[in-house]
Amino acid sequence: MASFDSAYFDIKYLDTLSYQDTAIHRLDPRVKLLTTAFFILTVVSFSKYELTGLAPLFVFPVILISRAGLPVGLLLKKIVAVSPFAVMVGAFNPLFDQHVMAHLGGVPISGGWISFASILIRFMLTVSAALILIATTSFPGICLALERLKVPRALIVQLYFLYYFIFVLMDEALRMVRARNMRAFDGRGTGLRAYVHLLGALFLRAVDRAERVHQAMFSRAFNGHFYAARRSGITCQDGIFFLAWAAFFVLCRWYNISEIIGQAALRVMHMI
Amino acid sequence: MHMADALLSPAVGATFWAASGGAIIYASKKVRLEIDEKKIPLMGVLGAFIFAAQMINFTIPGTGSSGHLGGGMILAILLGPYAAFLTIASVLIIQALFFADGGLMALGCNIFNMGVFPCFVAYPLIYKNIVRDNPTAGKITAASVISSVLALQMGAFFVVLQTQLSGRSELPLTSFVLAMQPIHLAIGVVEGFITAGIVNFVRQTRPEILEGAAKSRPLSGLPIRNILASLAILALLTGGILSWFASSFPDGLEWSIEKVYGKAELPESVHSIGRILGGFQEKSAFLPDYGFKKPSSQENAIPETDNPEPWPAVSAGTSVSGVVGAALTAGLALLIGFALRKKR
Repeated sequence: MASFDSAYFDIKYLDTLSYQDTAIHRLDPRVKLLTTAFFILTVVSFSKYELTGLAPLFVFPVILISRAGLPVGLLLKKIVAVSPFAVMVGAFNPLFDQHVMAHLGGVPISGGWISFASILIRFMLTVSAALILIATTSFPGICLALERLKVPRALIVQLYFLYYFIFVLMDEALRMVRARNMRAFDGRGTGLRAYVHLLGALFLRAVDRAERVHQAMFSRAFNGHFYAARRSGITCQDGIFFLAWAAFFVLCRWYNISEIIGQAALRVMHMI
Repeated sequence: MHMADALLSPAVGATFWAASGGAIIYASKKVRLEIDEKKIPLMGVLGAFIFAAQMINFTIPGTGSSGHLGGGMILAILLGPYAAFLTIASVLIIQALFFADGGLMALGCNIFNMGVFPCFVAYPLIYKNIVRDNPTAGKITAASVISSVLALQMGAFFVVLQTQLSGRSELPLTSFVLAMQPIHLAIGVVEGFITAGIVNFVRQTRPEILEGAAKSRPLSGLPIRNILASLAILALLTGGILSWFASSFPDGLEWSIEKVYGKAELPESVHSIGRILGGFQEKSAFLPDYGFKKPSSQENAIPETDNPEPWPAVSAGTSVSGVVGAALTAGLALLIGFALRKKR
């Protein structure tokens, strides 16, 4: 994981992005959540060796990114920086699956490379979809959607609390980590012992904070409900957004659009 | 260790979503029944604490690399199993959204791997049995290390299992297990000592928090065994239904066919260079073996491999027109994005 500062900065930046006001941001959070879920399901349902069939699905993140005015650079950086587990596991495919499945310009390509490339494409699609969801919906928006979708209240309340406390506690943690690193000469003092003590101190501050916050909320008549001021209710636009994308995903799943376009292009070239 | 969308098949993802969803509903009910008001903000703050703690690195002695905390066992010990499970789930949800760690489809797997094992297996069966009613520093340390190691071993094994069942990776089961389990043994030991350090620290400074967690136990009516049994049944049921359902979709089929026939079937003689050079535009079947991507309506029948009509992608993965088309699509997508951006 990146350094504390940059990771924290990225969260705050994503959070800020999610409070913009664009056509995509104004859509109902439920609609965005379900569309994203449908998208991811479509992506993972492709067979192991699929490459070209997945390509048209890039239209979804690209359109959303441009319509919602999200910074492409940040999203790409986050996609690269994300935990490399899938990539590491996938990198073994070329070793274990060496059946030649195709020749491209005379170079034999094994099934392992194709399935590895497929994993990379899936990775890019699913990761960008999740990031776009949060960057266009905002975390309270997602909580609201989950609440409307009948997710248990206890989890929703927990999510709200966690979200609010993260920013409070991260400021605290950021200061502590800076203090530790400034006093750690040549890496000494960043070991396990200091780490446990650091976490212990962070824990105590966190608990004190929680008690004060709870008292403050309680005295302001907090009854376990969080209220959001955003517009709610499914509009016509929401319906069109969902249905159009759903139709597109189904189309991509049932027909290989790349193949069709490619054939048409080659035929045109042939005629010329 | 986060399971990732890119390695999952829909059937496996949905099965573990069902299992984790069931556990979330159950834990929510329990928390609503037994928890006192004060614990709700504590859950939130401890979730944020774990979240922040995971981002702080420490140097692992002798190696020069750095590690960070997982946190499942700490939450289970400080909050009790049900509240801890919800807290872990919430942390994983936020990580899936803000860091895209794992992804949304894999979230069910991740909640299962990192939540169920520490909260509903390691904590009640191991930690509780070692510490019992009179916690001492030594007991807490021993119990934390053993239960952290076991929880992580189970979680890591399930990551392997989920990857294998999904069939997206070629890693053989044995070498994957041999890679994952020892790494997580080391991580588990370190994690155990950190857990013990923090729990002992809390016991010295704020003993009432630990007492609160221990007290929430007798209130819980149903024994853990029942949850585990019903979880297992739920997972089996959904898994069975879904895989039956999913087998009408190509990838489930593909997977099972691959398991049954192996890959030796691929006739290598078919892909001759001459054939590819010969007909660029002809939608040739480079891979007659991969025709079973067709969405067949009857899930039992293995579709004919050389019947090209409803599913044009007989060899879409690699055919020339597919590659050309993909490049065009990508260009088109970028163009659309660019045009839309300009318009704003």
